[in-house]
Amino acid sequence: MSENNNQKSRREFLLSGLLASAAVAGCSDDNDNPFVTEENVAPSGEKVKLLSVNGEVIEVDKAFLKPVPNLPKLSNQEERKGIPGKKFVMVIDLSRCKNLRKCQEACNHMHHVHPGQNWIKILSMQDGENTAPYWQPTTCMHCDEPPCVKVCPVDATFKRQDGIVLIDANRCIGCRFCMAACPYSTRVFNWEEPKLPKEVEEQPYSCETSLPQKKGTVSKCDFCPDMTRQGKLPHCVTACPNGVFMFGDMNEDTVSNGAETFRFSDLIRDKAGYRLMEDLGTRPSVYYLPPVNRNFPYESGLENSDEHRKS
Amino acid sequence: MNTENLKISTVENLITTPPKSKAKSDEIIRDLLPQKFGRQGMIWVAVLTAICCVGAFAYYRQLKHGLVVTNMRDYVSWGIYISNFVFFVAISLVGSLITAIFRLSNVKWSTPLTRIAEIIAVSAIVFASLIIIVDMGRPERLLNLFLHGRIQSPILWDVIVIGTYFFISVLLLYFPLLPDFKILIRFKEKTGKKLNRLYRFQGSFWKGTKEQFKISDKSINILCITIIPVAFCIHTVTSWLFATTYRPGWDSTNFGAYFISGAFLVGAGGVVVAMYMFRRAYRLEKYITDMHFEKMGRMVVLLAFLYLYFNINEYLIPAFKMKKMEAHHLTELFAGEYAPLFWFTIFIGMILPVIILLFKKGRKPKPAFIAGVMVVVGAWFKRYLIVTPTLLNPLLPMQNVPENFKHYFPSWEEWAIAMGSLSGALLLITLFARIYPIIPIHETIEEQNKTDEKISLVE
Repeated sequence: MSENNNQKSRREFLLSGLLASAAVAGCSDDNDNPFVTEENVAPSGEKVKLLSVNGEVIEVDKAFLKPVPNLPKLSNQEERKGIPGKKFVMVIDLSRCKNLRKCQEACNHMHHVHPGQNWIKILSMQDGENTAPYWQPTTCMHCDEPPCVKVCPVDATFKRQDGIVLIDANRCIGCRFCMAACPYSTRVFNWEEPKLPKEVEEQPYSCETSLPQKKGTVSKCDFCPDMTRQGKLPHCVTACPNGVFMFGDMNEDTVSNGAETFRFSDLIRDKAGYRLMEDLGTRPSVYYLPPVNRNFPYESGLENSDEHRKS
Repeated sequence: MNTENLKISTVENLITTPPKSKAKSDEIIRDLLPQKFGRQGMIWVAVLTAICCVGAFAYYRQLKHGLVVTNMRDYVSWGIYISNFVFFVAISLVGSLITAIFRLSNVKWSTPLTRIAEIIAVSAIVFASLIIIVDMGRPERLLNLFLHGRIQSPILWDVIVIGTYFFISVLLLYFPLLPDFKILIRFKEKTGKKLNRLYRFQGSFWKGTKEQFKISDKSINILCITIIPVAFCIHTVTSWLFATTYRPGWDSTNFGAYFISGAFLVGAGGVVVAMYMFRRAYRLEKYITDMHFEKMGRMVVLLAFLYLYFNINEYLIPAFKMKKMEAHHLTELFAGEYAPLFWFTIFIGMILPVIILLFKKGRKPKPAFIAGVMVVVGAWFKRYLIVTPTLLNPLLPMQNVPENFKHYFPSWEEWAIAMGSLSGALLLITLFARIYPIIPIHETIEEQNKTDEKISLVE
């Protein structure tokens, strides 16, 4: 794989994300119509091409574009639909993981996960008696045949068209059938009232941020759709210093860990990528690259392991 | 069936009864009319009410603080609430066994047991529904099941079939009560003013005409036929709550039949226990005779063997292969942390009752009662073993979790609520027997007349 190619596809990936957010920013807010000339804005003469809601390419003076710090709020219906045209996928390279747990830290911090619980679990795995142990970060698999969605009685957990499996904590009745059904044990439950900072507590609930979490409902790794909507990578991907996580769009056949970008199909082919528990037929959206030619020995991760620390 | 002719004759009997059989039916009525609680009865009701109150307080705490008051955590996400629910659903199946299956197969001796079985079924179903609401993290969103219900989810199937079973069971309890209401109203001075108002409200339209008997008989027959598939559904669907997952110990095609056979066993055991208690409390030796214990004892033996058969299929066949996923789960049961409980349920819940009841002396009321208690207690713990150990054997290893995630022993709130629900069910049965005749009066008189007729024919 040539370096050039990588760089190019990464640019494309980021660019498409930026364009998408710019389009959303440009057309969605009625009160602050960006096309209305404000008194203090002078046209710069530099035009920017944008896609209108009708699908037409329009030209707008750059000076009229305003940065939108927060994307407009989405309706529950839109959140359930997902980002059109996308099929998110994650690749986890086991040869790069040394159980640093930066992914877990960032994830817990950003999602205000209850202390003691984790959405990302870094497991010490050993497949057979004489096989080599390795570290395996485990997120929600965002299965294409999700067992959790199958069993949910109220459509509180659902599969979006962009491949993400989300939870609507405003609808969840807390029966925990999904937790029993998930073979990857990825789901956690809010057994008590979550202790959240005031500003998080006050923000309106969104399935995409999974915040604020609610007592008596299930939560789990959500692939950070609030970030992807802004064309950004999930928190675990950016937090990992070793580039273990690669995230991207299957339709673009591109995954990136922020520093490097790969063609997804090449990566999976060249490094013999696989999915967990393929035989269950759940068809996960998370792929693993086997722990060969490792960057770190398994033992280097032991210092971060709770089990090791205890003994 | 020749019941119709008989019914007509009974109706006529009430008008022009020969003195001998009238005296007999009066005696039956006197024996079977609901009786006021004695001293023991009062204590029994008080104790049950007290346990219920403790359970209610525990539930108040759970509502206030969340499910954190339980000892369930992310791995053991279902605990004794769910195993208690399965137990209730299981024991409720007996209503269909004694009432419907026996009735349709023309078993006559079970007549005095039908109402006992049916009230066990109804109260168990009521508390099964309550305990499942207790288990919910968001009970106030119960209506979401109807507003956003997904028919693809086994929980919805359970809601539908349990609801249906509840209504059929209530009707099966109510229709045979109608002729009894007439008798109860007739004996106003014995039943009391307040209760009479209730009887009149529920059954004053019943005049005991030929036409009414015809409709009632037909309805009961239809209900008896429909309740059998519905009964099979409630427990099969309940087993599917587990069998539709991938977890070792649950991922089994044997589960439906395994659950149903177990349900009939615990139901039959429960009826034996109830028979003994009612017989003692209300001095019903003339109506619930040794013969009934003899027959129900045989029934329990048959059902225990059936359940044992499915247990062998459920545990020994996976144990023969010892697949990696199953191996840990099975060794935990056979020789590990859960071994004492596992062998307790096998021996106390199945083998020992069989040994007791295989002997003629063992089928006398007292030993049969003891065997029945064993069956019921064993069955309760059996449900616990079906739910919990599996959840402690997830497919991916349990690592880096707080220590209390790795074990499960119910908190006092869970025990209080579970015991409160069991007491509640017993209380419901007790109060029912206080208000209504626990042995169908009309049907007993009818049977009595029938035997008298036979005797007179022989003479």
